[in-house]
Amino acid sequence: MKLDPRIPDGPLAQKWTKFKSSVRLVSPANKRKYEVIVVGTGLAGASAAASLAELGYRVKSFCFQDSPRRAHSIAAQGGINAAKNYQNDGDSVRRLFQDTIKGGDFRAREANVHRLAEVSVNIIDQCVAQGVPFAREYGGMLANRSFGGAQVSRTFYARGATGQQLLLGAYQALSRQIGLGRVRMHPRHEMLDLVVDQGRAQGIITRNLVTGELRAHEADAVLLCTGGYGNAYYLSTYARGSNATAIWRAHRRGALFSNPCFTQIHPTCIPVSGDYQSKLTLMSESLRNDGRCWVPKAQEDRRPAAQIPEGERDYFLERMYPSYGNLAPRDIASRAAKRVCDEGRGVGSSGLGVYLDFSEAIGRLGESTVRERYANLFAMYHEITGESAYEAPMRIFPAVHYTMGGLWVDYHLMSNVPGLFVLGEANFSDHGANRLGASALMQGLADGYFVLPYTLGDYLAQHKPGGAKKASETEAFWEATEAVQARTKKLLGIRGGKPVSDFHRRLGKILWDHCGMSRTRKGLEQGIDAIRGLRKEFWEDVNVPGSGEDLNQSLEKAGRVADFLELGELMCRDALERDESCGCHFREEHQTPDGECARRDKEFSHVSAWEYQGEGKAEVRHAEPLAFEEVQLATRSYK
Amino acid sequence: MKLHLRVWRQKSKESGGHFETYEAEGLNPNMSFLEMLDVVNDRLTQEGKEPIAFDHDCREGICGSCAMAINGEPHGPNKGATTCQVYLRSFKDGETLTVEPWRAKAFPVLKDLVTDRSAFDRIIQAGGFVSVNTGQAPDANAMPIGKEEAEKAFDAAHCIGCGACVAACRNGSAMLFAAAKVSHLGLLPQGQPERAERVRKMVEAMDAAGFGNCSNQYACEAVCPKEISADWIARMNRDYALSLAQKL
Ligand SMILES: Cc1cc2nc3c(=O)[nH]c(=O)nc-3n(C[C@H](O)[C@H](O)[C@H](O)COP(=O)(O)OP(=O)(O)OC[C@H]3O[C@@H](n4cnc5c(N)ncnc54)[C@H](O)[C@@H]3O)c2cc1C
Ligand code: SF4
Ligand code: FES
Repeated sequence: MKLDPRIPDGPLAQKWTKFKSSVRLVSPANKRKYEVIVVGTGLAGASAAASLAELGYRVKSFCFQDSPRRAHSIAAQGGINAAKNYQNDGDSVRRLFQDTIKGGDFRAREANVHRLAEVSVNIIDQCVAQGVPFAREYGGMLANRSFGGAQVSRTFYARGATGQQLLLGAYQALSRQIGLGRVRMHPRHEMLDLVVDQGRAQGIITRNLVTGELRAHEADAVLLCTGGYGNAYYLSTYARGSNATAIWRAHRRGALFSNPCFTQIHPTCIPVSGDYQSKLTLMSESLRNDGRCWVPKAQEDRRPAAQIPEGERDYFLERMYPSYGNLAPRDIASRAAKRVCDEGRGVGSSGLGVYLDFSEAIGRLGESTVRERYANLFAMYHEITGESAYEAPMRIFPAVHYTMGGLWVDYHLMSNVPGLFVLGEANFSDHGANRLGASALMQGLADGYFVLPYTLGDYLAQHKPGGAKKASETEAFWEATEAVQARTKKLLGIRGGKPVSDFHRRLGKILWDHCGMSRTRKGLEQGIDAIRGLRKEFWEDVNVPGSGEDLNQSLEKAGRVADFLELGELMCRDALERDESCGCHFREEHQTPDGECARRDKEFSHVSAWEYQGEGKAEVRHAEPLAFEEVQLATRSYK
Repeated sequence: MKLHLRVWRQKSKESGGHFETYEAEGLNPNMSFLEMLDVVNDRLTQEGKEPIAFDHDCREGICGSCAMAINGEPHGPNKGATTCQVYLRSFKDGETLTVEPWRAKAFPVLKDLVTDRSAFDRIIQAGGFVSVNTGQAPDANAMPIGKEEAEKAFDAAHCIGCGACVAACRNGSAMLFAAAKVSHLGLLPQGQPERAERVRKMVEAMDAAGFGNCSNQYACEAVCPKEISADWIARMNRDYALSLAQKL
């Protein structure tokens, strides 16, 4: 299969402008004849649904929460990047582009990333106009902070709740369109299958999570904005409901899955405290603006932090990466933390933790300034651990946080299945092998507000409106509905001996051990075997109580975990086949003498794209080569 | 650690409900309240019973999904925290806890602890926004906004739409929720052009959804996990009166 990314010709910096001025358009009168399905109401989905409805398309929107405002994006804390250069510190579109390509360890598509950097500036304008209360300076201008992997301050923020405020902005825009009758909103609905008919995406099958009713919805195009799949690891910083079902079902219907092994493990999260734990809590990267990471120089030094003198502390990030220091990118900071813990220098009762220390910042800025910047994060830390970070350093440890992998899309954000578009974290597009902080919010909103409204028009202009046949009339819809019914029945019929959570936890442990911060051929092979065994056991021994005809949260979870059990295997296989180290993907076999990633550009300067072959059959790996014309391929250095 | 639970069980919107008691044993005080419910649910599953349905998602106090009253208090005993942010160390070993869904006319129970809060969405749909289409915005720094105003707007905008304010109010009023949005947008220059219309429409939607009137008891403020100030209610009342007099 040849993958055509459909990148426009011409110089990099002019591609998007040229594209916009030459795309096919749909006339205003025709727009309302087209129906578009948008699954997901996070930043990507809400911004897309609102923008499309404003343009005049008829939109149907879906989310599994009880309100579109509760999508996982709401939890983002730290900020959103934009190349505004309001700080006059040398930022530019070019620099944001370069930082992102380099941050991703040269495994992202140049043209997409450049476009992202270009539209970043419009995002901030749009959000401010909606009333997003970003942090301000005394003079009334917008404030910025720094995030990892950058030497400029380009991150806009709203206290520690940037995602909330951005999502509420998009939710309000969406609500306005719902009120106007241009978007039909379906909360508490879960997409359980994609309908592909005559080679095009024509609709979806949903389950009403309150009544259990299965329904087919047809449309001229389907947008999946369903977020990331990091919950495959069970413990993560994601909301509990985040799942892979929508993209996995689409994958099974033919959409290629790219770079599934690229998962971001975030360095600063509250460490695991017990096996009952249901989620891990992120401590925003913004804390590394003022917090310093350290561990004792000596192994097994069990003294309280305050009793360890300055000279016996190892500020390991500052030591290892002097030019970026505590703001080294996430993959690098996480591995460094793992390394010092592996050396027996970790802190806390489990030894799996490092300190994030604010005492220097409190001395320099005063406690009140530190409080103003991070009060809600410190409060959250206190609530969970019972400790005050004003008095003693925080203890932190890496945790699963984001997935760079996702469904393959071209420059138009369209998957290889015509009419199926994928936005936000659900696609693989812009972050390569490692995402820089504050770039996911940027990408989600770029996709939804500024990219898709153009590229979708180009697709629809080539198809007559109403092309999708009535769901009740086509075989493809019947077949998909029956498949969903059969699977639901099967899950409910097993009545085995173990609850869903048991399988999910075990899957998470396998993935964390074998497909986590450090990977080896042998470990990945073991991981694959273990997942296959677990999957078999799941289908024989899971216990899903209740019925399919009403609100049944066990059934919801079971369906999601069943999909994770398939995806997990693909994650391991992708990690196995990518026989190099890059970004988050650290294969122990490929490292430099000082323990950094050793890429193999000749063999692996490409995006993997996996094609489903049917139940129990090995997937086929395709590749989209990546060309670096504007940024020189180089070994990433943050030293 | 051990807790006795009395939990509201209700099959569906149409059916009646009742309390059932469960013993939760072998608990760790560092567990969250919801993690304790997870444990109880896994045990119920093993016993062939249906687990307790409850809404939750982020489990860090920001999505507004989790919604239950513990011993009659919406979101439980901790000030400024959601249910998912309550840890078992807040309770005494052996304590009895009564766990119920939100009780309010505008939030019908769907199952067990799950309620239908879509009435909140309808209030926002009526006017809780700035009417600006994608692409119409001027440069973000073209309109300076004082630091303090921005901070104040944020305080109001921080509402998570959980509905605890309604559940705590004996009239089932949504005033705190609505006032938070009216004030967030009303405090900012971007919100001025639609200020009068917004408050009018949102109040109408609130009444239509079956929320009660505010009688200034401020039970809402006391339970709000984001400590949204009841002062916003006075501000909204002012805006509403002015909008009726067409003076805003
Ligand atoms: C704790 C935390 C903090 C973060 N902080 C930052 C930050 O400061 N800056 C930054 O840039 N990024 C941050 N991120 C990352 C960022 O928040 C996410 O990548 C981003 O919000 C994802 O947005 P999205 O729109 O793609 O998907 P989501 O917000 O995950 O939304 C997914 C939507 O899809 C719906 N959905 C999913 N599956 C189905 C289905 N089968 N049927 C129906 N609906 C479905 C859901 O209901 C939801 O509406 C953070 C992430 C976490 C976990
Ligand atoms: S005002 Fe407070 S209690 Fe009411 S919905 Fe908002 S956050 Fe919840
Ligand atoms: S689960 Fe999100 S606020 Fe409690």
